[in-house]
Amino acid sequence: MLPDRSGPRAREHGHAQHLDTDAQRLDWSENELATDQILELDARPARGHSYWSLAFRRLARKKLAMICLSLIILMYGGALLSPLVTPYDYRAIDLESTRQGPSLAHPFGTDRQGRDMFTRVIFGLRTTVIITITSLLGGTLILGIVLGLLSGYMGRWVDSVIMRTGEVMSSFPEILLLLIFVAALRPRLLTAVQNFEDATGIDWIIRLGVLDFAIISVGLAIFGWFGMARLVRGQVLQARESQYVEAALVMGASTAHILRVHVLRNILSPLIVSVSAGLAGVAGAELVLSWIGIGVFPPTPSLGRMLFENGSVQVLRNHPHLLLFPIGTVTLLFFCFNILGDAVNDAFNPRTR
Amino acid sequence: MGAYAIKRLIWLPFLLIIVTFVTFALLRFGPGDPVQLWLGQHQNDEVRERIRDQLGLDDPVHVQYVRYMAGVITRLDFGESFRYRGQPVRELIGKRILVSLQLNAAAIIITLGIGIPVGLLAALRQGTGWDNLIVAIALALQSLPVFITAPVLLLVFALKVDILPTHGFEGFFSPHIVMPAVVMGVPGIAIVVRLVRASVLDVLGQDYIRTARAKGLGETTVRYRHILRNALIPVATSFGFILAGLVGGTFIVETYFGIPGVGLLTVESVIGSRDYPVIMAFAIISTTLFVVANLVVDLMYPWLDPRIRLGAGYAA
Repeated sequence: MLPDRSGPRAREHGHAQHLDTDAQRLDWSENELATDQILELDARPARGHSYWSLAFRRLARKKLAMICLSLIILMYGGALLSPLVTPYDYRAIDLESTRQGPSLAHPFGTDRQGRDMFTRVIFGLRTTVIITITSLLGGTLILGIVLGLLSGYMGRWVDSVIMRTGEVMSSFPEILLLLIFVAALRPRLLTAVQNFEDATGIDWIIRLGVLDFAIISVGLAIFGWFGMARLVRGQVLQARESQYVEAALVMGASTAHILRVHVLRNILSPLIVSVSAGLAGVAGAELVLSWIGIGVFPPTPSLGRMLFENGSVQVLRNHPHLLLFPIGTVTLLFFCFNILGDAVNDAFNPRTR
Repeated sequence: MGAYAIKRLIWLPFLLIIVTFVTFALLRFGPGDPVQLWLGQHQNDEVRERIRDQLGLDDPVHVQYVRYMAGVITRLDFGESFRYRGQPVRELIGKRILVSLQLNAAAIIITLGIGIPVGLLAALRQGTGWDNLIVAIALALQSLPVFITAPVLLLVFALKVDILPTHGFEGFFSPHIVMPAVVMGVPGIAIVVRLVRASVLDVLGQDYIRTARAKGLGETTVRYRHILRNALIPVATSFGFILAGLVGGTFIVETYFGIPGVGLLTVESVIGSRDYPVIMAFAIISTTLFVVANLVVDLMYPWLDPRIRLGAGYAA
């Protein structure tokens, strides 16, 4: 019944004024609807006026953010399909044409071994893309939500252990501990994987850089879960105290149902905000690690490594394209991450505007 | 407040023990038998065993840890470097840490010295061209990590404009510090500008500002005593975050600008030779400084914001 009444009004005012329309609809409902209808209004908002559609519409109105989102999608897509979209093999050495400037055959030029820079930048992006995805999925989503639920739900010593651990880990500069983590564990793991490869005949784990991706993702995940866990824990505690959860329990709702409907649904929007804000941080951490020389190891291309190798005044003076193209790519990506992160925050947290 | 401070101070050594132990265990577990490195080509199992025994390398990790930390605490003895054989880590690090601290201090001065007034200006001119310009520049700066600004500025200043030295370090008051400190300070400026702008806007909407103006206080007093002081609390809160960002920057800036600080030493120790004693010492010293800095900031809140003293929830 509700869409019939509110629909035309909403359409009259157009999308741009949906906030006003919303407010009007609320006034209107208090005046004209009977009590049972108001209840229904609260339970089922009019189509197209839910929190989510409002947030997405606020986001879609920001042109710059949309351009950035498209660029990010383009870069992520290109990076994930890198073997298909790149004109050369990233390892193909051509000593006849080293350090060439940009040309039609090599849009970003070639490096000191004659490898195509465009291909290497795309594969470098692939490293960034894989690591942002795996460590955000693993750290923020899986570890954060599971530990947060455990902490909030079990309480007592489980809660204390998880929260104290998180506080300790988040009170140190992560780059430093990651450095130690990687420096200490990588050689051992490398030996173990080499033995495994020899034993089973599989030969792609080290060659494709899977080990490096795994180590850095796990390292970043270990440091990235705490914010999300604290948020989820807070929601669980809040839900425990609330009367609607009590009511749901009385009506026989299962724990799984309460967690899904009353806890996880409430954290969706902070989750989106924290993931979009965390992208630049995770990408930056990988770049710094690879720059220092303990992130992704050659031959797997990494933008951080490229910046390190070509980051000298001599290179800049004689072959600026070797540094400027990787720098341009990284800057564009970070700029897009930041603009999008800001816009998402504005759209999903209207109170903080 | 007193109870809170005591609680934090009691927690401090535990925090340090946990972190140093994890670091120590990880690096002990890591590869590279130090004795093997010392002996080099002379492979002799018997000699190796004897030296291992002398150094206590076969003891359980926690025994080694206690011995190591006892040396650190009582004699500031961080062991010997693997790479510079026979040279104590303390000597290697001693001078360099002063260099790095000066560089970081300069970067913090630049970050706060530029970030706070610019953020205040943006907020007081909210909605005007100034505000938009400042916000746009801050966003752009935030997207420029140190490893991008360093080579680009290096290019400009080393090759085009020859007014600032780009290599080496000659103390806090020499022009050598300008470039690296600016490069390190820039990402922080963006963060501080945005923070200050947001929190000044928040404070501007508060009732006590209206009260202050209504009772006839001058605009300057309102601005600095009422607005700025309250708006700086979030900046203090995120000070730890800014410090953490500086650690990553130290490595990169010191390498680019050839500054003989601990960052450069650590990068060399990691890349070239896996010089674990040096990495270990760096980790212990910087985490300690970091934790203490965070503690000092935390304990300063009540001074910054007297309301916190009354807040019962804070001490819990």
